[in-house]
Amino acid sequence: MTAREIFIALAYMIAAACFVVGLIWLQTPKRARAGNILSALGMLLAVIATLLAKEIVDYSMIVLGIVIGTAAGAWMARTVPMTGMPQMVGLLNGFGGAASALIAAAEYFHYAAGKGPALDLTIAILLTMLIGAVTFSGSMIAAGKLQGVVNERAVTYPFQQPINLILALTILATGAYLVIDFAHPWVFGYFIVASLVLGVLFTIPIGGADMPVIICLLNSFSGLAAAMAGFVVKNNALIISGSLVGASGIILTQIMCWAMNRSIGNVLFSAFGATVTAGAGGKSAAGKTVKPIQADEAAILLAYAQLVIIVPGYGMAVSQAQHAVRQLADELGKRSVAVKYAIHPVAGRMPGHMNVLLAEANVPYDQLYDMDQINDEFQRADVAIVLGANDVVNPAARYDKSSPIYGMPILNTDHAKNIIVMKRSMNPGFAGIENELFYHDKTRMLFGDAKESLTKLINEVKSV
Amino acid sequence: MTPELLSALYIFVLAMFLGFAVITKVPPLLHTPLMSGSNAISGVTVLAALLVTGSQQGPLQTILGVIAVALAMTNVVGGYLVTDRMLQMFKKKPGEK
Repeated sequence: MTAREIFIALAYMIAAACFVVGLIWLQTPKRARAGNILSALGMLLAVIATLLAKEIVDYSMIVLGIVIGTAAGAWMARTVPMTGMPQMVGLLNGFGGAASALIAAAEYFHYAAGKGPALDLTIAILLTMLIGAVTFSGSMIAAGKLQGVVNERAVTYPFQQPINLILALTILATGAYLVIDFAHPWVFGYFIVASLVLGVLFTIPIGGADMPVIICLLNSFSGLAAAMAGFVVKNNALIISGSLVGASGIILTQIMCWAMNRSIGNVLFSAFGATVTAGAGGKSAAGKTVKPIQADEAAILLAYAQLVIIVPGYGMAVSQAQHAVRQLADELGKRSVAVKYAIHPVAGRMPGHMNVLLAEANVPYDQLYDMDQINDEFQRADVAIVLGANDVVNPAARYDKSSPIYGMPILNTDHAKNIIVMKRSMNPGFAGIENELFYHDKTRMLFGDAKESLTKLINEVKSV
Repeated sequence: MTPELLSALYIFVLAMFLGFAVITKVPPLLHTPLMSGSNAISGVTVLAALLVTGSQQGPLQTILGVIAVALAMTNVVGGYLVTDRMLQMFKKKPGEK
């Protein structure tokens, strides 16, 4: 090894260590920011070391790519609103996957011009292409659904599973063909197109409420694609970092599935929430009525409470109500009402979505509680405010075996002494299931846009 | 199977286990920054893109490579910056710096 090669290898090792330590520091909010900076420095070191590699003879195009990518990334990171974070992560997953797929394509055409690579390299190239392409097209659809430019509900069509299966089999067949006889660009072309289509078909049947799972899974794929690209270019830094991310995505996927008491297969293939199945939850809402409440009355309930628990959901993100929630909590705090936030693992559109929005609104993170930490406290709460959450507070999940969400762990909102549900209208949630919490004796509905209702509440609380 | 491939597979498997061990301990509070931060790490594929672009294998490779560099760089820079922006907001007391 030359001195240069040794330097590069050591730099990669240090970079990998930075990534690992950076992730370890993410375990506590205090050190998380330093961990992210350390991870970024590791990446910088790895990039600089790569630029010194003797294989690189021309820098002009590299500079062009780096300038464009850096500018685009910095612009996106600065301008994205916190409510748009799931789309942003989805989009970036897709870019990472696309980059890996392009490397696979470049290497394919490089080797196809010669006598073809060894078996292991062929397989690595094909796997990188497949995973990278699926990550790219799947992420674009997921981001489109989150942004609202693609139908957010589960899209279904006849023979959905057989079609997907046939597509997957043709990918397998063309892959096997290329392993035997490498230099067939048209076969490789089909392999690329079919992989892209597979990514689309596998994402469109996923409904809005299942988005956290698919975003985690695509995150995992983008890491695996990078790891596979590491096998193609024989680079350990890629293999290590890619598999770290792959593992991270798999764990988050699993956590999301546990939080819904569903298997990953069920999430991917059941087209959950394709249609609005009003009343499918066994005891339907027929004949029951909801009890509305006005802001002034709600304010009195809140102002004389000792403990108020707020349950945020996707509705809070949609109406950008996180700042108004904090102001309400501040007003209640002045009257020495204790305020806590109960956050379900699948609230929102990605893991931790609610935590980030509330942190943006300056809510101290020790007021944010996970489901297990707070579920026993609901019975002590004088008021529980449900703010744009739905399925995660539906008591039917506990006992109604005919309900699609039966068995899903829920927040014990119905144990609170009073429940105020803030909701725009009586439309069912994304899973399309009636929520019997709304018809509960203790529940009062505060209709209207969440932000406007909160503003009214804040004024009323001030004047109590 | 070459010794080179075998050691690469070792690294792959062990790094997966390391990932499982480390990530399981990240609290739900920080799951969004974890996703965007690990997302930035997956942009490490930029290293492969740099090697492909700079090694003058041919015009097609250079074009594919430069697009890959741009996309992966967006992934890296965007991922780290947005994670930092988020993590700045997590505070224990209101107004704490």
